[in-house]
Amino acid sequence: MAFPMDSLLVCVVLIDLALLAVNRLVTLVRIAALQGVLIGGLSLYVGGADAASILTATASLVLKGIVFPFMLMRAMREASINREVEPYIGLNLSIIFGLALLALSLWLGFKLPLPVAAASTLIVPVALFTILAGLFLIVGRLKALTQIVGYLVLENGIYTFSLAISHQSSWIVELGILLDVFVAVFIMGVITYQINREFDHIDTNQLSDLKD
Amino acid sequence: MIPVTTQMALLRLAAAFVLAPLLFGVINRTQALFAGRKGPPLLQMYFDIAKLMRKGTVISRTTTWVFRLGPIVGLSCVATGCLLVPFAGLPAPISFPGDFVVLVALLALMRFFTVSAALDTGSSFEGMGASREVQFSALAEPALLVSFAVLARQTSALSLSEMFGQVSVIFWQQAAPSFILVLAALFIVFLAENARIPFDDPNTHLELTMVHEVMVLDHGGPDLGFILYGSALKMWILGALIVNIVIPIHEISVWPDIFLFIVGMLLLAVAVGVVESVMARLRLLHVPQLLVGAVGLAILALMLMLGA
Repeated sequence: MAFPMDSLLVCVVLIDLALLAVNRLVTLVRIAALQGVLIGGLSLYVGGADAASILTATASLVLKGIVFPFMLMRAMREASINREVEPYIGLNLSIIFGLALLALSLWLGFKLPLPVAAASTLIVPVALFTILAGLFLIVGRLKALTQIVGYLVLENGIYTFSLAISHQSSWIVELGILLDVFVAVFIMGVITYQINREFDHIDTNQLSDLKD
Repeated sequence: MIPVTTQMALLRLAAAFVLAPLLFGVINRTQALFAGRKGPPLLQMYFDIAKLMRKGTVISRTTTWVFRLGPIVGLSCVATGCLLVPFAGLPAPISFPGDFVVLVALLALMRFFTVSAALDTGSSFEGMGASREVQFSALAEPALLVSFAVLARQTSALSLSEMFGQVSVIFWQQAAPSFILVLAALFIVFLAENARIPFDDPNTHLELTMVHEVMVLDHGGPDLGFILYGSALKMWILGALIVNIVIPIHEISVWPDIFLFIVGMLLLAVAVGVVESVMARLRLLHVPQLLVGAVGLAILALMLMLGA
């Protein structure tokens, strides 16, 4: 195993598991931001020092490390959401599900070799697991805010996946994705506020009962 | 004339039996240092055990022989466990393929008899402590076993002596992430099994929050001494597993190895003292979560190992 690369990827996996285990919204947002920063740093490590990779890495570091947490915290403050995550699926069970997903993505990742040689054999499994963990956060948690975080984690996973093929993909695409995510988080933050103002809660479960 | 390796093994065993209670002294001193107190003497645990051994025992009339058996079986289990664990790199006195399962089983047997003795008193408090102890250890045990599985896989060895004998700097370079995960899992198990702070406060005297201490409330005199000494040996065994991985230096020569190992153990005790000083006890509801996390770390390490 290559030491720094694999260790960072294992840290990404640990952060995924922690995301499934935490009980506080603030912690959830902070950990997701940390993951974004970590993956941005990884892309810098893999991509080398050319201008394009520095540009995308810096953009993702600034957006995921500073802008997104700030926007989410503001949405939380303005909608005065209480601090609990409120899972559908209990936290312990979430970790166990997470481990099952991890096993699945490791199996899949080693089954599906890339056409190009990646910097580390772990990249594809870790990317898959991060995507699945993001999906799990979207499905298994009650609040609109946790679903935004889930979406961000999902994007982190896709970004990790792009590390494996960084020499093939264009940095324009990366920047485009980042811009999309930025707009998405911005809009979702506003929507969370609006949902809260209309209905005094952000429990997405109750939204399906709407009738007029 | 006993062969040299056996002599060394016996020497190490003697070191374990003599030095184990010192760990508690180091932990308490570290805590006292953090709190700005002077703290009890380093040898306090020895004094306590010596005092208890001289005392008589009062036994409740509701109890049966099971109550008497608890401390005795507990102490003999961990003493046997000491025979299985390699200290300072050289092989343990007893070693055979699969002995790590026996070690886990011995710890489980000790727990079973401690819990039985607690239930035998018929006290509801002790029953509560027993139920918590069993709940926590049911989660800590898989973490321990999976950690052993990772080590067995990495070293392709099935006995504790061979496993820890082969952990070396090269292994650390090959599989550092897995080893760090295993260490983290083992440290959590170490804290949980020894009833240290994030899981249980050994100094508390509020029955509602006690886990391990509440089970031994009815024991007194030599019985309590056995229990204290048994818990010291248990801490030494589980600590030795961690130190054996962290310090993978063997066979430079015997004495520096032993010295390094003992320094490692004392540093581990200091680390526990620091953890206890900077953390509060977890709420009981959150304890299983941390233990499931430990199992998660160990399983992750195993998956990385199997995948690589």
